[in-house]
Amino acid sequence: MSTEKQLYTISVYTENNIGLLNRISAIFQRRHINIESLNTSPSEIEGVSRFTIVINMTEENIKKIIGQVEKQVEVIKAYYHNDNEIIYQESCIFKMRSDLLFDEREIQNIIKESNARIVTVNKEFFVIEKSGKKEEIELLYRELSNFGIMQFTRSGRISVTKEEMKISTMLETYNN
Amino acid sequence: METQTIKKTQKTTNVTERISGSEAIVRCLIAEDVKIIYGYPGGAIMPVYDELYKYQDKIHHVLSRHEQGATHSAQGFARISGKVGVAIATSGPGATNLITGIADAQIDSTPMVCITGQVASHLLGSDAFQETDIVGISTPVTKWNCQVTKASDIPAVIAKAFYIARSGRPGPVLVDITKDAQFEEFDFSYEKCTKVRSYNPVPKTDVKSVEAAAKIINAAKKPMIVWGQGVILSEAEEAFKAVVEKAGIPAAWTILGASAIPTSHPLNVGMVGMHGNYAPNILTNECDVLIAIGMRFDDRVTGDLNKYAKQAKVIHFEIDPSEIDKNVKTAIAVLGDAKASLDLLLPLLDENTHSEWHQRFKDLYAIEYEKVIKDDIHPTKGGLTMGEVVNEINIQSKGEAAIVTDVGQHQMIACRYAQFNKTKSNITSGGLGTMGFGLPAAIGAKMAAPEREVVSISGDGGYQMTIQELGTVFQQKAAVKIVVLNNEFLGMVRQWQQLFFDKRYASTEMVNPNFVAIAEGYYIKAKKVTKREELAAAVAEMMASKEAYFLEVCVEKENNVFPMIPSGASVSDVRLE
Ligand SMILES: Cc1ncc(C[n+]2csc(CCOP(=O)(O)OP(=O)(O)O)c2C)c(N)n1
Repeated sequence: MSTEKQLYTISVYTENNIGLLNRISAIFQRRHINIESLNTSPSEIEGVSRFTIVINMTEENIKKIIGQVEKQVEVIKAYYHNDNEIIYQESCIFKMRSDLLFDEREIQNIIKESNARIVTVNKEFFVIEKSGKKEEIELLYRELSNFGIMQFTRSGRISVTKEEMKISTMLETYNN
Repeated sequence: METQTIKKTQKTTNVTERISGSEAIVRCLIAEDVKIIYGYPGGAIMPVYDELYKYQDKIHHVLSRHEQGATHSAQGFARISGKVGVAIATSGPGATNLITGIADAQIDSTPMVCITGQVASHLLGSDAFQETDIVGISTPVTKWNCQVTKASDIPAVIAKAFYIARSGRPGPVLVDITKDAQFEEFDFSYEKCTKVRSYNPVPKTDVKSVEAAAKIINAAKKPMIVWGQGVILSEAEEAFKAVVEKAGIPAAWTILGASAIPTSHPLNVGMVGMHGNYAPNILTNECDVLIAIGMRFDDRVTGDLNKYAKQAKVIHFEIDPSEIDKNVKTAIAVLGDAKASLDLLLPLLDENTHSEWHQRFKDLYAIEYEKVIKDDIHPTKGGLTMGEVVNEINIQSKGEAAIVTDVGQHQMIACRYAQFNKTKSNITSGGLGTMGFGLPAAIGAKMAAPEREVVSISGDGGYQMTIQELGTVFQQKAAVKIVVLNNEFLGMVRQWQQLFFDKRYASTEMVNPNFVAIAEGYYIKAKKVTKREELAAAVAEMMASKEAYFLEVCVEKENNVFPMIPSGASVSDVRLE
């Protein structure tokens, strides 16, 4: 088992109930674990939510954390994975002054090369959206910041695993 | 959402009746076979109290004198009966006063359901009068909690609450119900909850792991068992005794495991941990196989984890998967209910006596007896000791009493020296170490098991944290025997100050009131003992009393509890003086 700290992505399947976010985040808070990113959304199964939590820690500790997470009554199952075992994305949006788009040729190149997308343009500002890996988003941020960014925001990581996570079969056995 | 998951897993009965949410709450409690609840009224829970008035022939409500007292009474009730204890309070301050008891129940795995009133749902989040976010506040200390804003959700949520509180590793559950939901009428029907989709309370014992465990146990030369409350919670006492006897393995207990097998059992080698017995602490670091059953390797038990049983193969019988390898790395983990696992284990075990190894425990006990125990329970000079009081209670109760302790030196002494002949006889706050637990917990224990002698033993400090529950004792005619061991100090803290802070007794000296007068003020028979010669007669009089009785014993002011493992030290660094 790896004793080095590394980035792990935790996927938690839960009942879609009020208060669970509180319970789950408290597990990390109590142990002074900084959450790098957290996303919660519906999952592929109706009525089941999925949390995607990114943390930096050792495998030994993450196992203990997973145990604590799964102990919550309304958690169906929790998994952890390293970056090689998942396909993951983040997304971000930038708001920039509109005159830049017309005056600075380079901006248009940056947008094109980074596979970003212009979402909207009006007289005062335009908005760019990009999905990708953390590094790609950071690069785009650095490049655009040379021109001045009015607003920037970025989502938590979302991911799917390369291997199957047999949640549906598991839920079937629960129901019987 | 809440109700959806429940409805999926159970059929609802067709018999319905239109009643209010508050009546539904009471009817749910009756359906869960609740006969006694502890609580305190207030604005946001008044509709429920009004129904309790109506149903008083079915449910006895005990008016505690503080909501903390209500939770501890519910805990005492649960610990001696194995049933779910119930506490009820109003919103805001009533609800926050429950928190200490809830936290205590959580860490000691005590099944408890707390019901709190809440402001009307349209006021939620507005800082309304007596509004607190009790669901948010109680989240880290509950096994599960939930807020209800619609009357029609009440039956399913309460059913789920009882199921979760009592199943698997038990724990406290809080249900917060808004006042409008209490008034609202709906078609009531009740179905007990038997399943929650995402929750697997009792992992099925894996036969292979039991076989692997048996193999290691049979090959062991120096095996030792440490058992905890899990044995009691799964009612595995008989199965456990059979295992211990067949394999001839010396068995030691954690503070919450006490009484699962009698103190006098030849293979019972005493308590482990900070103030545990000498032999099991020392030999933890000599055994070749350490079999942990229904215990969780709390740091008060293990001391320094880096020096804990490193030489031993550890086998862990445990119901809660998150406890496996949490503190101590195991060779074999047997997940599941202790009784189920031990039943599987028994036929696989070889008969054995391990007499030479067992002799090591006896030899070390002899050393502990000479250095510590003799003077603790049979002192010949100096003031009264806590140990001799406990010993006198043993003699007069013939080891049949349930002993409820508070927290401090007296707790360690009581747990070390009390004779337990029956299971569920040691009721104490283990994991949280909550001063003020003792008196109210004793009330709950006595009400759950009126046929049993219940003796509460407290220090002068902790007693005063919930001394108001004397009012409950009096009003309920709860025939508890209350012993206060008065050393005029916050003794346990003073001991640490003496040993580790250069005798600087910062704020541990207590100037105490006239305890006898206070008890008498509550119309409770009371006596104070200051001399050794008076002790036996006073304890005899107390035990003979049919009613509640208060006994203050003035003990030596600066006695210490030994053995002791300084915090953070290894279990084999246990000090006898
Ligand atoms: C609510 C609470 N506050 C503080 C403590 C810390 N504490 C542990 S033992 C102790 C002293 C207990 O004194 P007393 O009740 O007189 O019992 P003794 O140790 O003298 O037997 C204190 C203050 C605690 N355990 N619980």
